[in-house]
Amino acid sequence: MALTPKERMQITRQPMRERDGAARSQDFSEVNEGFTAEVARLEAERCLRCKDAKCIAGCPVGIDIPAFVAHVADGDLHAAADVLLRDNALPGITGRVCPQEEQCEQRCIRGKGAGCSVAVGHLERFVADWARTQSDAVAPPREPTGFRVAVVGSGPAGLTAAGELARRGHGVTVYEALHAVGGVLRYGIPNFRLPNEIIEAEVERLTAAGVEIVTNVVVGTTLTVDELMQEEGFDAVFIANGAGLPVFMGIPGEDLIGVYSANEFLTRVNLMEAYRFPDADTPVVAAKRAVVIGGGNTAMDSVRTARRLGATEATLVYRRSRAEMPARKEEVHHAEQEGINFRLLCSPVQILANEAGWVRGIECVEMELGEPDASGRRRPMPVKGSEFVIECEVVIEAIGTRANPLLTQTTPDIVLNERGNIIVDEDGMTSKRGVFAGGDITRGAATVILAMGDGKKAAAAIDRYLTGVDAPAATI
Amino acid sequence: MFTIIRAEWLSPGVKRMRLRAPLVARHRQPGQFVILRVQETGERIPLTVADSDADAGTIDLIVKVVGKTTAMLCAKARGEAIADVAGPLGRPTELSSDGHAVLIGGGVGTAVIYPLAHALRSLRNRVTAIIGGRTREFIVLEEELGAAADEVLPCTDDGSYGFQGTVADRLSNLIACAEEPIDTVYAAGPVPMMRAIADLTRPYAIRTIVSLNPIMVDGTGMCGGCRVNVGGETKYACVDGPEFDAHEVDFAALANRLTAYRVQEQLARERYDSKCALEVSRH
Repeated sequence: MALTPKERMQITRQPMRERDGAARSQDFSEVNEGFTAEVARLEAERCLRCKDAKCIAGCPVGIDIPAFVAHVADGDLHAAADVLLRDNALPGITGRVCPQEEQCEQRCIRGKGAGCSVAVGHLERFVADWARTQSDAVAPPREPTGFRVAVVGSGPAGLTAAGELARRGHGVTVYEALHAVGGVLRYGIPNFRLPNEIIEAEVERLTAAGVEIVTNVVVGTTLTVDELMQEEGFDAVFIANGAGLPVFMGIPGEDLIGVYSANEFLTRVNLMEAYRFPDADTPVVAAKRAVVIGGGNTAMDSVRTARRLGATEATLVYRRSRAEMPARKEEVHHAEQEGINFRLLCSPVQILANEAGWVRGIECVEMELGEPDASGRRRPMPVKGSEFVIECEVVIEAIGTRANPLLTQTTPDIVLNERGNIIVDEDGMTSKRGVFAGGDITRGAATVILAMGDGKKAAAAIDRYLTGVDAPAATI
Repeated sequence: MFTIIRAEWLSPGVKRMRLRAPLVARHRQPGQFVILRVQETGERIPLTVADSDADAGTIDLIVKVVGKTTAMLCAKARGEAIADVAGPLGRPTELSSDGHAVLIGGGVGTAVIYPLAHALRSLRNRVTAIIGGRTREFIVLEEELGAAADEVLPCTDDGSYGFQGTVADRLSNLIACAEEPIDTVYAAGPVPMMRAIADLTRPYAIRTIVSLNPIMVDGTGMCGGCRVNVGGETKYACVDGPEFDAHEVDFAALANRLTAYRVQEQLARERYDSKCALEVSRH
């Protein structure tokens, strides 16, 4: 029997089970343990099944959240998975890494005032993990259309577009520059937040649906966009090659040994598995004391990774206050549980060397918040005479990335903005006919789910482009 | 997988390998490199493409055994394959024309300057190559360079072959007594050698290009590990280089950064060697 709204309101938000902070800060296994079926059902019953559900509009890929949550409450996980996969090719990933508190859960009516929103992200993860154990959860591909689309990059935007295009019957080939699939999901996000086997399972679902994936192809140099269209016979191209070129602060000491960009540090550990050295061949400097600069998810991933590599003092340095930190709240909370030191309102001045050319510390200055700046956040200003030194052997800068030039410099007819990012119209089409783009190469550094939203939107536009009135003729 | 279709030792610890990599071969230009990974769990290392044949779909690499990865690679024979090859990467060499170009290769650095010889020659340059090795057996590619360059000047530390002394000493002589002035020097080799060349040509304001070899991971401009200081600016060797104006490069910082993983490199090599020794003793 269905619950009354009053009964639903009486159920409190179910907590996610987490592994103990001290224990997990020694390894790379996943922090969250997921909902049990019983807890998931209870949490799903909290949803008031609003007629005009605001949560859907908060989701960049537009998942019919009340529908899938209702299926979980009814115990029909097959139906829940069908609803989820209809709008989201990678639910096991988004259920883990989406900033739900700023999206679906922020709009949830149950979160108003002193209330707690429905744990949409945790329920999504629960359903995706269940679906992964079911062999028949793959939707059969449609009748082939005869069109072929090349997707550049196998990160969240590229994989989402690939799934959406394959579902519409188009032939899809994904080109990946690295030796492994997943882009930032693989090299950037650590295993303790997104295990590799989750990525592999989601990718397997795509390849089962007919998506072809080719690694070791750097589009722009190994093959150009023009060659893809003129020689390889693709009818459209979706560029999702991600961000590149990490930004450094430009302070003295950045060429010392022990200074990393977050991209390098995380790539060494996640993609190259440096935490297994010497069983894996790529090394990383494992410090007893590590300092990470930045306040976003990448900074949080880096500092928690440094902790797991054996840093007894892992410190995050951020020039603004906690309220301005762009990281997901759950990651900040997890970092605190794992014993990360936060030095907020504090900015690096220079990195200090020992005689051997290695990092021995970082000099910082305390900050105070002044008037709001262009971003609407209060501008941090240095406090004179407040300089101090944090001793450390490793410094990791997680302050952002610039656009990767490798593809765009060999495709001059794609128009870029002044930052080197590709300019697209509302359909995601670039200035070059038949070439679409999305994710960080158009946005600068953003989130996984925004990239996925771009991939989904562009796939729909590519489908219209291919099958519409002024579409090119099918190749078979 | 990328199949090895030819492999031969050029000198002790230096192997020339021909790989099937048609897409790389089709686009590759002199000065560019590939990133390769020998096997699962292997590291990604950059190697200059010494030669390529677009029609045959092959690239040639010249590999010196230094650490575990290069030892594993050189242990591979014809018919075997390596896991990953990505490229071509880096900017092609900016080639000068109608002048006197001097190519300088120290040890296996000769593999880096070798592809420039033909290209410079076809741009109507006089090409002089100075190549060095500890002893005669470490001089590589002399014959191949001879086919492209106007002159090849080998140097050995012990005088066992050619000029006795370093490539920098030989260049110094050439500058002092060259009938034709030198327009451009292209140098590749160990950092101290490239630094010596830069110091030598600076007072003469001879345009000098060096091919740098910092530690890389992805090789596509994503990680920033290969950053070098050139003229006071941070440059990424993988997308801005690998070739830079020698007179602007901070060689001291580059040399320092190259030592970052010395302890781990030694450990990995020792483990690999002892595993190989164990396998040999079992047979």
